Amino acid sequence: MFGNIILLIGITLMYSTPLVFGALGGVISERSGVTNIGIEGMMVIGAVAAATASYFTGNPWIGFLAAGICGGLVALLHAIASVSFAADQTISGVAINMLAPGLALFACRRFFDGAAMSPIAPKLPKILGEKGLAGTPFANLNVNVTTVIALLLTVLMWFVLYKTKWGLRIRAVGEHPAAADTLGIDVYKIRYVCVILSGVLAGLGGASMTIAIIAQFTQTAISGHGFIAMAAVIFGKWTPFGAYGACLLFGFTQALVIMLGGGDFVVPSQILSMLPYAMTIIVLILFVGRSVAPKADGVPYIKGSR
Amino acid sequence: MRNLEKFLRGRFAAALVAVLVGFAISAIVLAAAGFDPIGSFAALFKGALGKPKYIANVFIKSTPILLTGVSVAFAFKTGLFNIGAEGQYILGSTLATIVGVKLNLPMPLQVPIVLSAGIIGGAALGAFVGWLKAKFGIHEVITSIMCNWIAFYLCNYVVMSETFHKPNSTSALPVSSSSYTMILGNWKKSEAGKQFLANIPWLREILLKTDLNYGFIIAIIVAFAASYVLNRTKLGYELRAVGFNRDAARFSGISVERNIVLSMLIAGGISGLAGALTITGISPHTTTLLAAMESYGFNGMSVAFIAACSPIGCIPSSILFASLIYGGMSVQQAMGAPSDIISIMIGTIVFFTALPGVTNMLADTIAKKRKAAEAALSAAKEA
Repeated sequence: MFGNIILLIGITLMYSTPLVFGALGGVISERSGVTNIGIEGMMVIGAVAAATASYFTGNPWIGFLAAGICGGLVALLHAIASVSFAADQTISGVAINMLAPGLALFACRRFFDGAAMSPIAPKLPKILGEKGLAGTPFANLNVNVTTVIALLLTVLMWFVLYKTKWGLRIRAVGEHPAAADTLGIDVYKIRYVCVILSGVLAGLGGASMTIAIIAQFTQTAISGHGFIAMAAVIFGKWTPFGAYGACLLFGFTQALVIMLGGGDFVVPSQILSMLPYAMTIIVLILFVGRSVAPKADGVPYIKGSR
Repeated sequence: MRNLEKFLRGRFAAALVAVLVGFAISAIVLAAAGFDPIGSFAALFKGALGKPKYIANVFIKSTPILLTGVSVAFAFKTGLFNIGAEGQYILGSTLATIVGVKLNLPMPLQVPIVLSAGIIGGAALGAFVGWLKAKFGIHEVITSIMCNWIAFYLCNYVVMSETFHKPNSTSALPVSSSSYTMILGNWKKSEAGKQFLANIPWLREILLKTDLNYGFIIAIIVAFAASYVLNRTKLGYELRAVGFNRDAARFSGISVERNIVLSMLIAGGISGLAGALTITGISPHTTTLLAAMESYGFNGMSVAFIAACSPIGCIPSSILFASLIYGGMSVQQAMGAPSDIISIMIGTIVFFTALPGVTNMLADTIAKKRKAAEAALSAAKEA
């Protein structure tokens, strides 16, 4: 029983980690007033970049870094469209979700002789090393280092958003860009930085799947994680800790699916697999109610317009 | 010049520019990766239009994405983002399979019943999402995505269930043949049909070598009907009013909640029909175990957006995307370039349709020049 609880916690933390990165990306972008539906695509790019760079350099940290850079580059496209060209942010995000998986697979096939998956790449370490806690009942608490990074980034983002002047500016731009503009805040610059950061974070989320949880890029490594992260953003009411909690809940239901699936339950695995998604809807109905987005979320800002 | 200006401000120019840029960027990506872009595009066109059966296949492939495109466009025009077309499609095809396997009525009864089952499946899922938004204020994007996955696993459950699983396969049992909607399905396999077709090679090819079915015709009718309902009926007016300004609609006595549910119900039904038509029209006439999302719903979003969410505009844009997706498959065989280049191209096209600013800016530049020239002319006349 005790072992099972530890295992449940371990799996929960493992599965929630890529979601946390993606959700943090969503929070920072939407807080500055730019809807980012393209998180999924940016995570896929991060996933392929991480596995590829880690494989060729032999150093997973370079893979982690590459994932952030490539995610940020894709996000730059979204920023150009939605900030400079006042484009429809939903459409731009959908386009990125088409473009990025195509680009990821194209690159993967180019690098690995036409294969739709990468070879096994070196993984990021666990917090206590490969053998840490092995043999003790706590072995499953030796989580990936990305899990800790995700938690630290959540705290950092909370601090920046609510305790620093940059955070105040970001939130001001997301709520009322025109007012922020009259106070001398560069709306465009803040939005560019936030959208690019959201891509960097999403890219790291992809990396935390392909060089931490599994050790290679596959076509289905990222399948819907970005969308679930988006749900977590709204679920968490656009706050870093709220989003983190939402991701934990998703991870927990995923862990339940795995634990229950291995037992002697008569529930078919396909029905069990619906659990995280059904649970989200139920929780949203019961506890969250009307969630209020940043006021200017999704609205392009055009200088001088009322 | 004025004509050019007007053209550039139009919807068509924006779409055209987006398509051209899509091709240009894919060419750059191909060249950068060491493939021959011209040869690849030639293979693409040949793969989509090279033979009568290829063209027939393009129409077959465009049917589901035309319908999911209309579904997304319809919801978008009423202020809702139907990212759930994928799940509605899956649930529609699953329910159509269930009903089609269990029932074996004469064709004039069977086909409408099987198609209705698909419509009801999609509509129920859509209405559920609409109800969650209307009643609890939960954003439709989240609930749609959750419903996509629930439909996904439900489909897999049905496929693997004892009642419906076809032994030693990864698919469900095929629906009874009275549900088929292929064009001249029985005649083309009869002796008379075979004899007749022997003399007309192109017709023989498209009838016997493809699953040419009535789906595309039904889809076009749905596109026109959706456009009519949106633009010419009281219902459509109310739906658009709710999408345009919820508060104003409420003040003028329109029930916002009812219209949100209704809009998603209609959009969901259209996507569900897409799923059902795939079952009745295309072999193996059943659903198979899903390993990943089938992307009909997501491609529908691309179709709708390049058509600026006009249901009728979805007709040409679905044909365009279907030819890119279908023709793209032969790029890999012919040139060795990964067919994923097509996803890159479609993504780029959709990306640039999000930037209507580009053609408008061109039009503005032309207008500025024209006005400057006119001013100079009138100044010269006065002098």
